[in-house]
Amino acid sequence: MNEDIEVESWRHILQKALTSRSFLLGAIISSVIIFMALLSLVWTPYDVTKLVIVNRLKMPSTEFWFGTDHFGRDIFSMVMVGARNSIAVALVAVGIGVVIGVPLGTWAAAKRGFVDEALMRFNDLVFAFPALLSAVIITAIFGPGAINAIIAIGIFNIPVFARLSRGAALSIWPREYIMAARVAGKSKARITLEHIIPNIANILIVQITIQFSLGILAEAGLSYVGLGTQPPLPSWGRMLFEAQTMMSFAPHMAIFPGLAIVITVLGLNLLGDGLRDALDPRLRRAR
Amino acid sequence: MILFLLRRAASLLVTLALASVVIFTMLEIVPGDPAQMMLGLNASEEAVQALRVQMGLDQSLFTRYSSWIIGMIGGDFGTSYTYNVPVSELISERLVVSLPLAIFALLLSAMVAIPVGLYAALHRGKAADTTSMAIAQIGIAMPNFWFALLLVYVFAVMLKLVPAGGFPGWSEGFWPAIQALILPTIALALPQAAILARVTRSALIEAMGEDYIRTARAKGLTRSQTLWSHALRNAMIPVVTIMGLQFAFLLAGTIIIENVFYLPGLGRLVFQAITQRDLIVVESVVIILVASVITINFLVDITYAWIDPRLRRREH
Repeated sequence: MNEDIEVESWRHILQKALTSRSFLLGAIISSVIIFMALLSLVWTPYDVTKLVIVNRLKMPSTEFWFGTDHFGRDIFSMVMVGARNSIAVALVAVGIGVVIGVPLGTWAAAKRGFVDEALMRFNDLVFAFPALLSAVIITAIFGPGAINAIIAIGIFNIPVFARLSRGAALSIWPREYIMAARVAGKSKARITLEHIIPNIANILIVQITIQFSLGILAEAGLSYVGLGTQPPLPSWGRMLFEAQTMMSFAPHMAIFPGLAIVITVLGLNLLGDGLRDALDPRLRRAR
Repeated sequence: MILFLLRRAASLLVTLALASVVIFTMLEIVPGDPAQMMLGLNASEEAVQALRVQMGLDQSLFTRYSSWIIGMIGGDFGTSYTYNVPVSELISERLVVSLPLAIFALLLSAMVAIPVGLYAALHRGKAADTTSMAIAQIGIAMPNFWFALLLVYVFAVMLKLVPAGGFPGWSEGFWPAIQALILPTIALALPQAAILARVTRSALIEAMGEDYIRTARAKGLTRSQTLWSHALRNAMIPVVTIMGLQFAFLLAGTIIIENVFYLPGLGRLVFQAITQRDLIVVESVVIILVASVITINFLVDITYAWIDPRLRRREH
């Protein structure tokens, strides 16, 4: 973690990233998914809240691309709306991690001593709790639903970003330009804002894509056990739960939401891998 | 080394103590009175009060916390509110499902991932490497419960080779019990194997690029000699770390998989206990899982320090 991280201009990084096949593929997949999610705000092929019993359990066809569920709802439309929910939950959960974790981590790196030690012990403590188990317990206790799912997933993102930004910030502090800034009389807080954070932004962005994809998996898991997004809003995990009892005669109900999760997570992971390679080949080795 | 061990052991105990406080506090603020839950809504005020006294709920927070901790140290986890049996008994009868499942999954994951990762690293850039790493990418992206559903569809519904769910219990014989665990093991293991294969591959590639490998080759060792005696040993360090982390993950991860296969394991126990506000059971299961995570990390740490003396001095 104490390796030096080269600072490069964003244009240069983007140029390198664009030559990477995994970045390109990841970027295309992610854009398509995000586009579908945004499109679902204004248009879906069918209304996902309307139950049309005559259409129940239709196999995939030109009329219903992914078939219909046991209430006659169009699965393609539900997958679109599900994308919106998954993305929203994962995005806010990662946001919580970044907004709380990065200031904590950079603060610890600037102060060292007791603050640093306390933060690291706190991190150890949170990491000792199996994330999924704790998320299940938090949502089960405080009530199922998207908001509590976000909080439950978000809490476990805090130490991830705190530890990463602390480690990265520690490697920047001994640099000469930081020395120069200190000699010039800038406060530690100001140096952190003006020099440290811009210099660690790139590794944070890579981690954001990773945590984002983990968040989508976690949201799916919570919804699957009935603790995430609540009906009537469709969510990928919930759709899989409903599909489970109908596996023997309507496997399409399980296949499409599952594929949606795999493709989304795959896209984000490829994007993250491509970015990491472009940012610093040594980071890739270190993983 | 002794000093290192003591320091690590002290930090293990501190983390464990803090974790127990967090768990206790979290369940303390849970809405819903366990005594009221047990007796139902029509119970009289006196009956609820009497039960609260019997369960010790009227005592101060500190007294309850310390009696919980002291009991646990002596192996007494208290008595379940709803089942009215010792919690340790409940947990051990569930652990005989969850623990073998996690262990089998870890073994299967290692058996698949390590050879694949090593092969890919040794054939870096070739078709076998690209293909296996592409498959690993998909494996990582796959939620294990979805993979489990697909396995059920293919092997239980279509081919009827194994049961779709349920667990006969070990008393019904070894084979029927193992059969019930086959699909859950695969479902848990393969997504983990995907991660482990990638770690193994990159660890070996990194180790093969180190100076000591060049030195070993320079002094006349063959490629396979350096691989077996130098590179592999160093490459195994990150692999062991990830396996340690994964075991903890697998133990907790059985929660969702148990739901897919209707297995009576720890996960199902936690779910039932939460809905019935049987807090003592929830507390105990969580503290046991947390303790095992911390202990595994501790063991992994001291194993390293034993292998690599440099790590004894390194902080964080």
